[in-house]
Amino acid sequence: MSCKLVGCMIALVGILLVAACQSDESLEFKRYYSSGALVYQQHCQNCHGANGEGLSALIPPLSDSGYLKKNLRLLPCYIKNGLKGRIIINGKTFEDSMPADDLSPVEIAQVLTYIGNSFGNKLNTINEQSAQKNLADCR
Amino acid sequence: MRNTLIIALTAILLWSACKSGSDKKALPIYGNREPITKMVNGRQETDTIYQTIPPFKFVNQYGDTISNKTLNGDIYVVDFFFTTCPSICPIMHRNMLKVYETFKNTGNFKIISHTIDPKHDSVPVLKKYADKLGITGNKWWFLQGKKEEVYTLAEKNYLVAVKQDSSASGGYIHAGYFVLIDKQKRIRGSYDGTDPKQVDELIADIKTLQAEPDQEIVQ
Repeated sequence: MSCKLVGCMIALVGILLVAACQSDESLEFKRYYSSGALVYQQHCQNCHGANGEGLSALIPPLSDSGYLKKNLRLLPCYIKNGLKGRIIINGKTFEDSMPADDLSPVEIAQVLTYIGNSFGNKLNTINEQSAQKNLADCR
Repeated sequence: MRNTLIIALTAILLWSACKSGSDKKALPIYGNREPITKMVNGRQETDTIYQTIPPFKFVNQYGDTISNKTLNGDIYVVDFFFTTCPSICPIMHRNMLKVYETFKNTGNFKIISHTIDPKHDSVPVLKKYADKLGITGNKWWFLQGKKEEVYTLAEKNYLVAVKQDSSASGGYIHAGYFVLIDKQKRIRGSYDGTDPKQVDELIADIKTLQAEPDQEIVQ
């Protein structure tokens, strides 16, 4: 019985140590990423797919890291105001429009953190402040 | 040792019996039905009249006229969509592509997608949509026609709810069902087109239907 108790305590201390070792940064990332997964399911997945694969030549995939990086500051605007016109993703042209989705700045930051770190992408955390700043610059 | 062998053999036999039994299941026939009694060779016989898809006439993405007669002798799957649909249509057609890929080289099989927004979805718009989706040939038709006729067909005959509603996203509410029709134009299944598992069931059921012995074809 006491043996079991000691074992439990050691395990608990272990878990606490691991948790303490995680930097604030990675905690922030995890928070944004896991909330972003839910936002993605509710607002993006029908069109862009569970694996960000898009739909043939109708809906672009979300796996073009180069495009995401290059347009990082514009992405919050694209989500909030929609996107019209011709874009090139993974070397293919897409020209249908994406409807606007009135998400809050924090939701936009969460979903961009999720997309930016799924489907083969590796971007940094996009936090609420930076999303808000970029949204203020939307044309 | 010998006992073990017998038990193992029995288990295998039982398992395979169950398996072949479930493979042979016939698909149900949906819709209203009414019995009719008639005299055949002086004897009274009762037959059942099943609900079937009535005559219709629409235009496909190539501008060709497609009627119920064009589909005589075909098993087909029907859905209702519109090209600017932001909600469930992309996921429906992502799933329908799987059905298309599975049966695109099979005879006597078609996929029919009716637009419920014929004002916007003209023949050229539907052609462009089909092209972008990667659809070629005459296996999957996107049909345009009078709105009232499409809506009536959806609700009364294919038993799928469709409604114009300015408060819904995209301006319409509609159910994402894939309806399976047999060679006799009877409804044999209805599947949630947004659920990949149900779409797998649809693919299995089409195969079951294809294996059904041919009966007399109505009309």
